[in-house]
Amino acid sequence: MKPALLEVEGLTVRFGGLTALDGFDLQLQANELLGLIGPNGSGKTTFFNVLTGLYRAAAGTVKINGLDITGATPQAISRAGIARTFQRSRLCLPLSIFDNLMIGNHRNLDHGLWTNLFRRGALARQLDECLDKAQVLMTIFSKSLAHRMAEPVATLSMIDRRRVEICRALISEPEILLLDEPSAGMTHDETHELMDDLMAARARLPALSVILIEHEMNVIERITQRCAVLNYGQKIREGAYRDVVADENVRKAYLGED
Amino acid sequence: MPDTLRARLAIAVAVALATVVVLLFLEIENQWQIALLAIGVVGALVVLEKTGLRLRTEQAAAREPRFSQSAAVIGCLVLAATLYESHFALLMLATVALYSIACLGLTVQFGYAGVANFAGAAFFGIGCYSAALLATHTAIPHLLIIAAAGVIAALIGSVLILPMLRTRGHYAALITIAFGILFKTFIEVNDALGGPQGLKVPGLTILGWSFNEPLRIADGLEASFYLNYALLAVLLAACAFVLVKRLETSWIGLNLDAVRLDETAAAVCGIDIARWKILAFVLGNFLAGIAGAVYAMMSGYIAPNNFTFGDSLILVSIVILGGLGNPRGVILAALLLLVLPEKLQVIQEYRFLLYALLVILILLFRPGGLLPRRLRDYFPKRARA
Repeated sequence: MKPALLEVEGLTVRFGGLTALDGFDLQLQANELLGLIGPNGSGKTTFFNVLTGLYRAAAGTVKINGLDITGATPQAISRAGIARTFQRSRLCLPLSIFDNLMIGNHRNLDHGLWTNLFRRGALARQLDECLDKAQVLMTIFSKSLAHRMAEPVATLSMIDRRRVEICRALISEPEILLLDEPSAGMTHDETHELMDDLMAARARLPALSVILIEHEMNVIERITQRCAVLNYGQKIREGAYRDVVADENVRKAYLGED
Repeated sequence: MPDTLRARLAIAVAVALATVVVLLFLEIENQWQIALLAIGVVGALVVLEKTGLRLRTEQAAAREPRFSQSAAVIGCLVLAATLYESHFALLMLATVALYSIACLGLTVQFGYAGVANFAGAAFFGIGCYSAALLATHTAIPHLLIIAAAGVIAALIGSVLILPMLRTRGHYAALITIAFGILFKTFIEVNDALGGPQGLKVPGLTILGWSFNEPLRIADGLEASFYLNYALLAVLLAACAFVLVKRLETSWIGLNLDAVRLDETAAAVCGIDIARWKILAFVLGNFLAGIAGAVYAMMSGYIAPNNFTFGDSLILVSIVILGGLGNPRGVILAALLLLVLPEKLQVIQEYRFLLYALLVILILLFRPGGLLPRRLRDYFPKRARA
């Protein structure tokens, strides 16, 4: 077996007396789609937050391509190739769709003071390239959005905002995409459509691996190859969706003791 | 291209009207007439807003940035030429231009990066005192002194930003307030810096051209020496405006917005929060320092009482009143807040009351300011998909 793209070992996060994530182990292969499920408060988002450097791990290690990123800054982790969305959309609402995508494209942009202020011709060329790139990516999710790049995000509907947020994460061409409940606040059909678009985008970015936190089980069933179940910060089961939902412990965690 | 022509015509008319209004404000002495003019201008602004003309003019200006900037500079030159004998009017014009520079600096800090700076007057003052000391005690050419004053203000600011980065929101603002008070007290107790009595500052001399000599245009035709300063101040303000506008419409401007709007999302996207906050703070204070240096040389005398917390508040209220993050708004607001109290002596005593009232009214009824900031348009001249 190839070495894993992402290796998480014994990852533990504590908030005072509460252990939000308790000795979590996980391996993610390149090109894999992994579902992360579990009841509310079981530590799924905490895992994303510690993985992206927003929280500090009390113990354990995280490696991407063999590189240890435990305790690294969010910026360094972004450079290492991890991008994410948030459960409650965190776009910059007053800014245009294009601007939001370019915030995601940060690592590919030229941030030199001299270029930005005085080499305006070079900047204009970079802008053109970026606009093309953004439109190509956005077209996969919505043709109409791709032609409305200059509109502020604040005027968009929920599903369009989510599309923009996923594109913001994808445009930097990450190796791992973390999706935190993309279906939250959307209808069943909208979620379905969004996931189809995501799969289409993934077909164009061959090496993309995805970890998906989701409460809608049919989404998990339809698109993930494998899933892990968290309960009270501990992984209680891991495997194919069919096997996982049949598990006694998983049923208890979701439905309570009966 | 009729579209371009129409836009340019609109800009030209707007600038011409604005020039005439400013000219009237500066020239009229009668209190009642000034009050009447002020009311008339407010009425005209409301009409412009309601009919959508303000928005269309602004869009035209955004479409034709070079043209509108040139028109504004020509407007200022016309003002300067018409007022060439009037000390007071030229002093006001130069003061507005210099305050605009400092407020453009605050716009970068507060409007773009979201770093509140309630010590604007202190950084302006650092520029003043640096210029005073360097011009009095050294033989450094004055143009270099102006640049050095900006650098000194920026350097002192870069020390202050370190504790600010470790705090958030109101606490960072409190640090700047404390610094402002500290600065004034430091000057007051320091005899080498003139203490509470203040310092004399030599006039500006560039390549043997003394700015404090009246400008001789022709035999028997002499302009006020303030014309020199007014021209320099307008030139510097134009440069600062272009610089800030370019900063806004660049990847750096985008980074600053991202830092202001959502630090967490920005960090996850790889944006280095501290780096961009420091850049904005340093650049903003550099502009304030430069403005201060020229101001000190122009007024010839500076004292700690020019750099109080109240003066910092004036700078902040100019930025908010004009429209947070809109450089054009800054200049409009500087004109309003600085000229009106000088001309309307009645409100001079109540100016702080007036400022406070204005800021409250603006925040209540027009939170975006007089000219709300528009969406970023990197290169407005080019056709976009």
